[in-house]
Amino acid sequence: MSHVQPRVPLLEMQGIRKEFPGTLANDDVSLAILPGEIHALLGENGAGKSTLVKMIYGVLQPDAGEMRWQGSPEHVASPREARHLGIGMVFQHFSLFEALSAAENIALSLDDAPEASTIVERASRVSQEYGLPLDPLAMVGDLSVGERQRIEIVRCLLQEPSLLVLDEPTSVLTPQEAERLFETLEKLRADGRSILYISHRLEEVQRMCDRATVLRQGRVVGACDPREETAASLASMMVGKDLKPVERESVHDRGEVLFEIRHLNRPAETPFAVALRDISLQVNAGDIIGIAGVAGNGQSEFFEAVSGEVLQSEPDMVRLCGTDAGALGIGHRRALGAAFVPEERLGHGAVPSLSLSQNLLLSRHASDHAEFLGTAGWVQRARLMAKSRAVIEALDVRCGGPDPAAGTLSGGNLQKFIIGRELDRQPRVLLVNQPTWGVDAGAAAHIRQALIELARNGSAVVLISQDLDELFEVCDAMAVMHDGELSEPIPREQATLETIGLLMGGASMGSAA
Amino acid sequence: MEIAENILLTIATASTPLLIAALGELVVERSGVLNLGVEGMMVMGAVCGFVLTATTGSPWLGLIGAVFAAALFSLLFGFLTLSIATNQVASGLSLTLLGLGLSGLIGEKFVGIAGQKLPSLYIPGLSDIPLIGRLVFGQDPIFYISLALVVGVMWFLFRTRAGLTLRAIGDNHESAHALGIGVIRARYLAVLFGGACAGLAGAHLSLVYTPQWVENMTSGRGWIALALVVFASWRPWRVLAGAYLFGGVTIGQLHAQALGVGIPSQLLSALPYLATIAVLVIISRNRRLTLLNTPASLGRPFVPNR
Repeated sequence: MSHVQPRVPLLEMQGIRKEFPGTLANDDVSLAILPGEIHALLGENGAGKSTLVKMIYGVLQPDAGEMRWQGSPEHVASPREARHLGIGMVFQHFSLFEALSAAENIALSLDDAPEASTIVERASRVSQEYGLPLDPLAMVGDLSVGERQRIEIVRCLLQEPSLLVLDEPTSVLTPQEAERLFETLEKLRADGRSILYISHRLEEVQRMCDRATVLRQGRVVGACDPREETAASLASMMVGKDLKPVERESVHDRGEVLFEIRHLNRPAETPFAVALRDISLQVNAGDIIGIAGVAGNGQSEFFEAVSGEVLQSEPDMVRLCGTDAGALGIGHRRALGAAFVPEERLGHGAVPSLSLSQNLLLSRHASDHAEFLGTAGWVQRARLMAKSRAVIEALDVRCGGPDPAAGTLSGGNLQKFIIGRELDRQPRVLLVNQPTWGVDAGAAAHIRQALIELARNGSAVVLISQDLDELFEVCDAMAVMHDGELSEPIPREQATLETIGLLMGGASMGSAA
Repeated sequence: MEIAENILLTIATASTPLLIAALGELVVERSGVLNLGVEGMMVMGAVCGFVLTATTGSPWLGLIGAVFAAALFSLLFGFLTLSIATNQVASGLSLTLLGLGLSGLIGEKFVGIAGQKLPSLYIPGLSDIPLIGRLVFGQDPIFYISLALVVGVMWFLFRTRAGLTLRAIGDNHESAHALGIGVIRARYLAVLFGGACAGLAGAHLSLVYTPQWVENMTSGRGWIALALVVFASWRPWRVLAGAYLFGGVTIGQLHAQALGVGIPSQLLSALPYLATIAVLVIISRNRRLTLLNTPASLGRPFVPNR
């Protein structure tokens, strides 16, 4: 395989199988990582990548299969044993403790428990060596996602691992932060360490990785040198079919302003919340505007303010469909013709223990009162079921039974249902937060296409997303949210990955353009 | 002079059980477990301490027995909430109900029997110093244990690695599990410690405060201890302040009633609760500090994904 000489693999997995109740997460998976290589593990969300690496790190135990470390069989019963072998792991959803300091977080993962001052000193040394600046005494809850990731990486490097596992490390970073991460990884490879790099972003895999293993539905479907493949060939390997690209025609008739935010301010309510500062935005009928930004820069606070979960001090701070809505609650805002899809599916977008049809009623009882509720407020079950079935069919939601509890659906399928129930209303204003996070590529394309069609049919759509590829694919203009402030929207034609990236990192409009 | 000394002594006696029970619960809650069974564990400690003292004749054996009995009793809660992940609120409430009932049964034949008091410290000379002599050098052993516990818990939580691990588990048990920290084991130990403390607090009631057994003799002190932990925003020295404030106002209002102050006695009886709430609300106004100290996974059941 390219420049790598055949030698004993650092880590070898053979015939790994892992079953969870109801799903087969890994089936007969084999994988070999050579010393000093960056090995990509590719696959869609739900392909079984995270399960596989959790078994490598000893968080989960395989049901069958063998793992060899430097040629000898090993049974990794716990993360402690994995660390002892020389395996370090940076989790996708970080395993940090918000109420503790960076140094305390680092101390918790070190098995030899050195003195606090030693940790601070060792952490500073590693962070300088690999270009990962961090403040050991800062409280993690106050740090940005990029800074948190650096703590995770430094924490791993302090254990001198020979294999570093990174689970989707760039999904939370700005392009510039990702660039810095790549430099660090190159240095680690030059030191002779191996890296298992999990991602579904093909460009970065092609750029950095020596070899790639592709997973689909829990099985290995291919192993290749990513530099000899094209992005399209890798994508079809991941998805199992050729993807139809999203079509976006330009806006022919832009209508009246349907969505308007005027000087929206909102103080931070908790130490970990972001204050919104003087946000203004106008969206016309027919337009789809994207809001880019690294997670935790005020997107959730903005969503809560616009959806009516939090009321505004001035009624005209939020105007929906030409009406001052700042003092109206969620139901009233929906009744005006607006729809909202939050980022969190369980507990925010849907009640896990209630059935899909009941969840449909919960979000639409205000706007479709007449349709679903009869005299004296009796629920029209037959109509509700019919509507819920229509949504399931329209978005191809895969679920067990005609009306299962929301919590039993996989994340991607539940997301399709939640988006579908709002799209079905043909809302005049739609605000969605991270609509395709964790949704497979086929369904994501479907959702994006549906958003574009909704806008072109005369609605105003606002899409909050951290996925720049998605924003460039569907939006007519993009604004960037950073530290509670929103930039001017930049038209799609003038926006470049670099400008948006700089704005996401906190550069001002003038210097980024 | 002598009256002042007596008042201060009774304040210390009234505050000690609250302080000990609250410190135990503080450690439990810092690990992310909410044990509402403090009252039940405390009353079990009280009855076992008294019964053992009455049958063996040694209040020291009674004291040790009370600690072990309540710790054993807390294991029941640990098994329910940690091993089979039942609802912590419901399990804690049942522990309290069970403890109140069971203690009545155990102590049935001991009601009205004169008890034996745990001997107080006496150092010739030092204990005879006016005003502070008996206060500093002449109290019951549990009083000294309670102060040592405050220091010990502070040192453990903020100066040791085990304490850091415990706080980390209380902050985010999924993360702790992913790092390979034994969440369930640490929580069992915390629950046991909480039980032992509640038992010690109960023993103080039946071996020091009023050396006798009366059914339901904790009379809500377990609940006060629970409230103290929350209002003290999970910090040991604030628990100390809260417990003594409560004890102080309780004793103060008794004296006020005795002196015939022209305020309805019901209002005076409510005063300790009002004063404690008011003061603790004021000192926990710093929301940032409060949130940083609040165990984020408090009360959430943990089921490791294996």
